[in-house]
Amino acid sequence: MQGERKIRVLIAKPGLDSHDRGAKVVARALRDAGMEVIYTGLRQTPEQIAETALQEDVDVIGLSILSGAHKALFPRIMQLLEEKGLSDIMVFAGGIIPEEDITEMKKTGIKEIFGPGTPTDTIIQYVLNNVPKRT
Amino acid sequence: MTNAEEIAHGVLAGDRRSIAKAITIIENNTVEAKKLIASIYPQTGKAHIIGLTGPSGSGKSTLIEKIVREYRRKGKTVGVIAVDPTSPFTGGAFLGDRIRMQELSTDEGVFIRSMATRHYPGGIAKATKDAVKILDAAGKDVIIVETVGAGQSEVEIIKVSQTTVVIHAPGLGDEIQAIKAGIMEIADIFAVNKADRENADKAVMDIQAILQLNNKEAAWKPPILKTMALSGEGVPKLIEKIEEHKRFLEKELGQKRILGKAETELIEAIKEKVTSSIIDELKRGGKYNELLKKIIDREIDPNTAADKVVREKFKKAE
Amino acid sequence: MFDGEKIKEIERQRERWENTTLPKWTRQSPERKSEFRNHSSMLIKRVYTPEDIEKLSYMRDLGFPGEYPFTRGVHATMYRGRLWTMRMFAGFGTAADTNKRFKYLLKEGESGLSTAFDYPTIMGYDSDHPMAKGEVGICGVAISSLQDMEVLFNGIPLDQVTTSMTINGPSPMLLAMYVAVGDKHGVPREKLGGTTQNDNLKEFFAQKLCIFPPKSSVKLTTDIIEYCARHLPKWNPVSISGYHIREAGANAVQELAFTLYDGIAYVESTLERGLKVDDFAHRLSFFFASHSDFFEEIAKFRAARRVWAKIMKERFHARNPRSMWMRMHIQTSGCTLTAQQPLNNIIRTTVQALAAVLGGTQSLHTNSFDEALCLPTVESATVALRTQQIIAYESGAANTADPLAGSYYVEALTNEMEEKAMDYIQKIDDMGGVIAAIEKGFFQKEIADSAYRYQREIDEKKRIIVGCNEYMIKEEKYPIELLRIDPRVEKEQVARLQKLRRERDNKKVKEVLEKLHYAAEKDENLMPTIIEAVKAYVTLGEITEVLRKVYGEYKELIVI
Repeated sequence: MQGERKIRVLIAKPGLDSHDRGAKVVARALRDAGMEVIYTGLRQTPEQIAETALQEDVDVIGLSILSGAHKALFPRIMQLLEEKGLSDIMVFAGGIIPEEDITEMKKTGIKEIFGPGTPTDTIIQYVLNNVPKRT
Repeated sequence: MTNAEEIAHGVLAGDRRSIAKAITIIENNTVEAKKLIASIYPQTGKAHIIGLTGPSGSGKSTLIEKIVREYRRKGKTVGVIAVDPTSPFTGGAFLGDRIRMQELSTDEGVFIRSMATRHYPGGIAKATKDAVKILDAAGKDVIIVETVGAGQSEVEIIKVSQTTVVIHAPGLGDEIQAIKAGIMEIADIFAVNKADRENADKAVMDIQAILQLNNKEAAWKPPILKTMALSGEGVPKLIEKIEEHKRFLEKELGQKRILGKAETELIEAIKEKVTSSIIDELKRGGKYNELLKKIIDREIDPNTAADKVVREKFKKAE
Repeated sequence: MFDGEKIKEIERQRERWENTTLPKWTRQSPERKSEFRNHSSMLIKRVYTPEDIEKLSYMRDLGFPGEYPFTRGVHATMYRGRLWTMRMFAGFGTAADTNKRFKYLLKEGESGLSTAFDYPTIMGYDSDHPMAKGEVGICGVAISSLQDMEVLFNGIPLDQVTTSMTINGPSPMLLAMYVAVGDKHGVPREKLGGTTQNDNLKEFFAQKLCIFPPKSSVKLTTDIIEYCARHLPKWNPVSISGYHIREAGANAVQELAFTLYDGIAYVESTLERGLKVDDFAHRLSFFFASHSDFFEEIAKFRAARRVWAKIMKERFHARNPRSMWMRMHIQTSGCTLTAQQPLNNIIRTTVQALAAVLGGTQSLHTNSFDEALCLPTVESATVALRTQQIIAYESGAANTADPLAGSYYVEALTNEMEEKAMDYIQKIDDMGGVIAAIEKGFFQKEIADSAYRYQREIDEKKRIIVGCNEYMIKEEKYPIELLRIDPRVEKEQVARLQKLRRERDNKKVKEVLEKLHYAAEKDENLMPTIIEAVKAYVTLGEITEVLRKVYGEYKELIVI
């Protein structure tokens, strides 16, 4: 009897800001869509996020930031993931990230960035359609 | 090398990525899972496995964080498996225990894995037992399993752990009832957490009173300790007791328990093997739904049905 | 308010209307929804009549402005005497950058300052701490020492302007720096006016910018209340904040009830210091959000004043009417702003600001239209200030006290708000108070459930957000310019701070830090020692570090 493959998602909050409403709503929505969601809590360093992703062997990471420090933190997180051989994880982000930064952030390997007002269903669908096929 | 072999190799070398992948394979129960366990099994049996259970709100995760720190101070490496419930409605789960241990996540001597029950009853996941073996084979000195924490029926943990710590905290209302009802007998050690609260002494006395009723003849008398997870007070003492219990297990009486555990594991493995092979065969032959229909239509009762299929199966084998 | 016979007649007439006039209309055009609810899930009736406020007693429940129970306002003349304080939350970059913005806002007619600090400051880290990387001056102004504070208030007359500071855990340090700047300007301490937010309780379940565990946090809040009662008579030591509770996802009733309960907790903790309720209660101030349901918000503000007055009188036996005043600051709701079609936010803010004024606020911040994207630019902050000025000078809303009193709908809603808030207060009492409820995750669960429900309603289009889930524009281009913080800010700030560390009297620094450690362990009121420390240019981070050692650090309880 083979078990069911579950999508494992890490919802992480880098940066010092404490606006976790969005992160929690997304975490809950993904859980209600049948996924296993690991939430890091607030104020995680890039090192903690990358190491958690490794230990939890997640398929997807959702980064939430509203402090404006994404330009310093996102590239560092993506770099650490690569160093740990975790480039196959699909990373998306949400929060207050100005349009002109989005292209720059996507260059670091972040697949999609959802701004304020994104319906949770859009995020669920995006994850379902883009979760990497892994063994 | 196959994928499983490669990962087993990595696990034995203590490679963190391999450990993580190995646990995923076990959780997903793929064909590779059994190969994986088979190849690492000889290297297991070295770690000391501690189960932590107790009602939610008793401070399990915070206490674990302190226990891990204390073991690290003593130079031991630690693995943690934290189990949270899977929603019966959506199949999803929210795994939030590691939040309290996040500072440990960058310590190379610590490996923390969150796990959903995936509908397995009894406070742990089906994969927990084998995930412990992975961490054991990877060389962790101590492995801590945190149960769901929903209360009374969380007795599965003793099939996994060698030392079971039951945590309680004053001010949780009727939770003592829950302890009485279910998990009292499985405790090797009691920890009354949040011991700075006013009713802590009463909680200790309540447990004492129940123990006197239950455990008169036991070779190991479960000690009751007071801890404060927030400050870490009482944790070194708790670890002392865990070590003491470990030494007890190494003695004759303790060996009995180890034998008992191996027996349970063997029986369960046989049960699962036999069950799944019978069910799979019935399904392949198309008889499964037929049989279910008969039971629903009251043409046959479930017991007789089971008798019949089991007898047929073994007749064939002969 | 109405005699029984009249009510019966109205009831008869209503039934007649429901059987004759109404069906004709509903047959032709059915109502848009099967039921109408506000954010607190209260069922809204088709029409309100005197029946709905049959039991309302004018003198008992409303009274006159400036009189108990203050439903109609805490001042007798309300805005006919003095308009509310137009207080715009501002802060970014270095102290010099924000000082410039402060002076601009004052020149444009703002009447009080409100300081936004950056995240490192809020969390008690100096600008050169590793956790501060990438965050310095981004979401507020970076203040690490008295040196920064001196620059921030350079050329601003502290005896004429009141200053609000949005700071919680490190409130003692920031207030100490403000006092020190006042001393340097030669302003007598009894003339220093302003507010420290200093509401640490709501941090544990709403804003989540906690540094110390709950008990130590309440101790620090109470230190300031006690110190101000004795030494800073014009300072509001705490701004008991529902705003963050609402922004975290609570509905209006929860916002009201949880805020009131935090207020109860601070009164209790201060009474334990041996102060009498009338010694300090008049300086407690409140802070609410004005969200998008216009009448619900107005009812919330009116109910808030009435319930607080009753609590102070009946629960705490205050005698001085001023102790029963709920003076409030209101901010329009940040979480209602959309990144899509940002100019629409001006309209949202206007409606919310009008609700605040009709609800009788003492002070108001209006959000800028670009705040779902970045911190406000000069242009957007000016529009936000102008919004208040237009309401004040053009709309006529400020010409009479509590203009909506007597509206069947508003009074019925006000009553319902009060009842539901009192139910929560009872529940929290039964749980053993606010800290016990935090430890149980009660508030966290209530708020998370409301936030999720609200989002589901938007996703399912049960709740329409214009430009966001209806009336969207494809391929929208930002028509607006964004405020960007130059990375030089962090570099300059760190360099300045490190120069300070080299040049100050470090022997003195060490001594005063040891003294602080001792005072914290002895559980003394820390304000005098912290003032001494900041004057010796001990940094915010150094002081917080000592307190972290003594009190420990709080780890959040996650409830989803």
